[in-house]
Amino acid sequence: METRFTRGKSAILERSLAKLFSEMVQYCQSQVYSASGVLCVGLLDVLDVLVLREEWKRETKVLNILLFIKVSVWRALFGKDKLDGFPAKATVHRHKGTTLMIKFDEAVIARDKALEGR
Amino acid sequence: MSRQSNRTTDGKKMNSELFTLTYGALVTQLCKDYENDEEVNKQLDKMGYNIGVRLIEDFLARSSIGRCQDFRETADVIAKVAFKMYLGITPSVTNWSPAGDELSLILESNPLVDFVELPDNHSSLVYSNLLCGVLRGALEMVQMAVDVKFAQDTLRGDNVTEIRMKFIKRMEENLPAGDE
Repeated sequence: METRFTRGKSAILERSLAKLFSEMVQYCQSQVYSASGVLCVGLLDVLDVLVLREEWKRETKVLNILLFIKVSVWRALFGKDKLDGFPAKATVHRHKGTTLMIKFDEAVIARDKALEGR
Repeated sequence: MSRQSNRTTDGKKMNSELFTLTYGALVTQLCKDYENDEEVNKQLDKMGYNIGVRLIEDFLARSSIGRCQDFRETADVIAKVAFKMYLGITPSVTNWSPAGDELSLILESNPLVDFVELPDNHSSLVYSNLLCGVLRGALEMVQMAVDVKFAQDTLRGDNVTEIRMKFIKRMEENLPAGDE
């Protein structure tokens, strides 16, 4: 009973997280926040807490969550399901904390710059 | 077998922690970007509003709720369906004003504030103000102008978290001339 409740609630929050994250990305963009070509998601506190409480082998799960968020974010921003042609890599770097980096291929950046210049 | 399901539960629990921590990261970033708490509160309300105006469509599609007859019904739907659908909690609806245009939503728990403490130098910060914006934005999309604010906040030492919602007016739908 408890497991079912926990599972249900987490699925709910995962969806709400995607909506929240989408808004955060738009805010960051409005603040001219993101460096050219690379969307850096600094989740220092998030991962550190998670690492302390769980083992680091959970890492891939976090990546999966972030990739899920990325999917929802792009869908929310651009309204299209053009993710197949959206080559990107999500990686984790640990240096003075933890940074997750979602790196888009050059073609995507070039297209994005072209749109911006419009 | 039970050990495996524990793992699943832990993995899923991590999602709700991620939600709480992400919201915390947002508030922290806003505190850095804006020097004072009032500005942060305003920004949270604005972002919430942006989320709310989009959320209402998602809500109506997923809940198949028809048009509410009055503000009382609206409040019930918000508390029992909407909050449940997006935050997994069900606040109680109380403290109706005599005119029936103002009510309180009492939140027993709030996933946004799990493990959160407000530092002393942010005593005017309304940490969960995003929620007020969401409600305002969503209701505006169904032609209801409301004023939403936190009346009590456990983060600021109150016993409960209370959102006070006041109906201002019904907004005119833009009908073409000649229609009833």
